[in-house]
Amino acid sequence: MQIDPVVLFFLLGLAAGWAKSDLKLPSALYDTLSVFLLLAIGIKGGLELAKQPVLQILPQALLVLLMGFLIPLLIYPLLRWRLPQVDAASIAAHYGSVSVVTYAVGVAYLTRQGVSFESQTTLFLVLLEMPALIVGVVLARLGAARAAGEGDGTAVAGHGWGKLLHEVLLGKSMVLLLGGLAIGALAGPDGIKPLDRLYLDLFKPVLTLFLLEMGLVVAGKLGILRKQGFFLVGIGVGLPLALSWVGIGFGVLMGLSPGGVTMLGVLAASASYIAAPAAMRMAVPQANPALSLGAALGITFPFNLLVGIPLYHQFATAVTGG
Amino acid sequence: MQFHTRTMLTIVTEAGLENDLVELFEARRIRGWTIVEARGKGAHGEKHGNFDANHNIQIELIADAASAEALAETIQQRYGAHFALVQWLSEVRVLRAEKF
Repeated sequence: MQIDPVVLFFLLGLAAGWAKSDLKLPSALYDTLSVFLLLAIGIKGGLELAKQPVLQILPQALLVLLMGFLIPLLIYPLLRWRLPQVDAASIAAHYGSVSVVTYAVGVAYLTRQGVSFESQTTLFLVLLEMPALIVGVVLARLGAARAAGEGDGTAVAGHGWGKLLHEVLLGKSMVLLLGGLAIGALAGPDGIKPLDRLYLDLFKPVLTLFLLEMGLVVAGKLGILRKQGFFLVGIGVGLPLALSWVGIGFGVLMGLSPGGVTMLGVLAASASYIAAPAAMRMAVPQANPALSLGAALGITFPFNLLVGIPLYHQFATAVTGG
Repeated sequence: MQFHTRTMLTIVTEAGLENDLVELFEARRIRGWTIVEARGKGAHGEKHGNFDANHNIQIELIADAASAEALAETIQQRYGAHFALVQWLSEVRVLRAEKF
């Protein structure tokens, strides 16, 4: 199996971080790159989406939303077996939500393989970010309220719903992805011409810089593996493998192409490590962020990059017979 | 020139709390504060400051002793249990006492 060059940049960052190199990208650059990636993904999706009839996409969008609500409900009972309620709820939210960079690497992988996929997967990415966060907070709060009923009544903490919705809906990634989608759809292929060098051609090169930084960040998280051990590794590898099949199942149900089924598998298998940690920290502060972020970022993210994406593509190809 | 004694509250905490804290300052009619990005190491582990979920901030504000103490107590009660949070008070001498 040949490793995609973009993944090599991730490995370089990982190795440099591991070896305690002084390599460090300025945080302003990291912020800039993430703004660029989110906008570029949005615009790319918007350009394609403009060609599609809305009514055809609507039922698919509803199914994807259903999947977003379903995934955390599926994995929460499994996690409860070993974890306190708040941590199980928080991890369920992380794995129900999605990782934009994992999606981007999936796009790069399929493009390199010459496999086409439906353009509405960008819309699916946007739709999947939020439902799991809502379910995660509800699960955590239900438990906290029950504990408060027995205890002194102070166990419920964290942000109220209004604030939380505002945070998630108007968070950086939602605004940029949806904004990019709208700009792409409004501008159309001709309108976007003056911008396509930056937003379309430079997508992959910029992704490599971002992945270099991600390698450094993940290297910093490896310490948690030593502390949390096999259980966390089990979560970090087992959940994406199992969840990829949920995505693949929904993809087949929706009648997507093998490429589209792969992308839905990648989305279902990916775990959020930006939106979910920020939202959960504020909404469920009792949960241990090292646990959920360690699994999502320290294990699942590299696993999906190195092994998962090609594997889900094989799964999808086998299932769809394409 | 005349220097006046006031109390400075310094808060080191997670960047995610910034908006909440600013709201609290407004409600308490604190008249000014300074927020900077912070890096370092503490009970919650090392903060590299190079990743969204891993930012720390340091806030400084100057008020009269009673307001600063009350504010620090409220913050400790509200966020102390679950967030990385260190606060300290110090006596400072300022010009233009009417500003604080």
